[in-house]
Amino acid sequence: MADVIKKATRESYGEALAELGDKYENLYVLDADLAAATKTGIFKKKFPERFFDCGIAEANMMGVAAGLATTGKIPFASTFAMFAAGRAFEIVRNSIGYPHLNVKIGATHAGISVGEDGATHQCNEDIALMRTIPGMTIINPADDVEAKAAVEAAILHDGPVYMRFGRLATPVFNDRETYKFELGKGVKIRDGKDITIIATGLMVNEAIEAAKTLESEGIDARVINIHTIKPIDKDIIIEAAKETGSVVTVEEHSVIGGLGSAVCDVLAESYPVKVTKIGVNDVFGHSGPAVDLLKEFGLCADNIVDTVKKTLEK
Amino acid sequence: MDASIKKQLEITACKIRMGIIEGVFNAKSGHPGGSLSIADTLTYLYFSKMAVYPENPDFEDRDRLVLSKGHCAPALYSTLAERGFFSKDELKSLRHIGALLQGHPCIHIPGVDMSSGSLGQGISAACGMALSGKISNKPYKVYTILGDGEIEEGQVWEAAMFATQYKLDNLVAIVDNNGLQIDGKIEDVCSPYPITDKFEAFGWHVIEMNAHDFDDIERAFNEAETILNQPVVIVQKSIKGKGVSYMENNVSWHGAAPNAEQYEIAMKELNETLKGLEG
Repeated sequence: MADVIKKATRESYGEALAELGDKYENLYVLDADLAAATKTGIFKKKFPERFFDCGIAEANMMGVAAGLATTGKIPFASTFAMFAAGRAFEIVRNSIGYPHLNVKIGATHAGISVGEDGATHQCNEDIALMRTIPGMTIINPADDVEAKAAVEAAILHDGPVYMRFGRLATPVFNDRETYKFELGKGVKIRDGKDITIIATGLMVNEAIEAAKTLESEGIDARVINIHTIKPIDKDIIIEAAKETGSVVTVEEHSVIGGLGSAVCDVLAESYPVKVTKIGVNDVFGHSGPAVDLLKEFGLCADNIVDTVKKTLEK
Repeated sequence: MDASIKKQLEITACKIRMGIIEGVFNAKSGHPGGSLSIADTLTYLYFSKMAVYPENPDFEDRDRLVLSKGHCAPALYSTLAERGFFSKDELKSLRHIGALLQGHPCIHIPGVDMSSGSLGQGISAACGMALSGKISNKPYKVYTILGDGEIEEGQVWEAAMFATQYKLDNLVAIVDNNGLQIDGKIEDVCSPYPITDKFEAFGWHVIEMNAHDFDDIERAFNEAETILNQPVVIVQKSIKGKGVSYMENNVSWHGAAPNAEQYEIAMKELNETLKGLEG
């Protein structure tokens, strides 16, 4: 596995904006003094006249994006997930969500894998917050290929979109040549009949690795990638519950209100089965190297393997 | 200002005030005080200043207005109805279930340029509209009306920095300085004074205006048009509840509807004012 290419999805975000800037002349990028970190600086370098730094003022940035959108422009408002979904929540709700404006929110540095900066910057609540806003589309891409495709899908979708990107470089497992992004559609990455692992974002690759280990131990696990958390692909989830009996969800987010909750909402209503949620268990993170933190919080293939086995034992 | 034009604006403003009372009375809730204090300014903007198109409300190059103090929606709605964006009958179902007119401005209502009401947010959207106009070399102007209490919101000052940074001289903010907010006098609650000095320090061109004198209103907005490379704020000295005697300068009318008897008194007063102007 030495030749696995790794890339942070924030990098994919910045590159995609720069690549798509020629094709979509209506695309504008806003940032809040984090262009070097969110990677919108890549766009800024190529299209300086279409990039506007709003300074450290995320609330105003979201409002400015809303105003731009009322005039037909497509603004990408970029900052860390903590500030996009957290600090600016009410502006996103009232100035973007309620008027259903065509604003795209590029939220980077999501989850515990922010690493050394610690709990203040590790946003494990953004999916939960954004899910409650009517009409908000939420995309949490799993790797570089998917992240780039998601940015174009967001442009083509008319309405507010929240996109979640990571700071940590993670394996690129999708095939750039054949990959097709379908908004709102889950992806069955691996078929299986014993149990289903439903993962999102950086956890999809961990789920794939876990399934390989489980296979060697005689457990046939299905793996589903939910890149669009809202609207969620109910069919693929219900089908998995029917065909495999139990479900494990994995996300780099609080177990409250994220993918696991969304999956439970679908299954509780339509086809109740046992669901075990892997995520951040209602605690704050802390400082440390990202990879070590992911292991510590159980956001890794080993813990998925253990959890699947325990779920099947019950 | 030409005397006949001035009189016509005063008549229109009086009718708009009647619409405000009509709306709030029928809603049995709402915010008459701050609505009445901005009635003359809205009258001037929609009947003398702004390029707006009731028959084509979304026309790309129209001037725009964001009512950042969105709770004063009755004033905006009454103005838009008077200007022909929708029927005045709509005012009677303000805030009712299924009604066009929501408690706070909603972008889907003809003539309303932005949803607003959560204080401090409208000015940011107005900045976005103005920025867009600059980017695309559009001729339109963007106006936004804020309350004097509203500017206690930190987001207003984020927007104030932004507007200066991007030299938004196509943006005019109006601060409605009626001196009262829900909990009392603004200087007693958490004073935003000195308002003019603050905006000047943020790089804005500041104009002071008497909000109930159309000559002065015209002077202020004409001056605003001459300012280049910086945003303009008009700090208007106004009377909360202006035009209805028992509501004037009385904070208890910030967010309360008149009962049937009070409604009759208000409408009688406004009718007398109207008769005086027309007679």
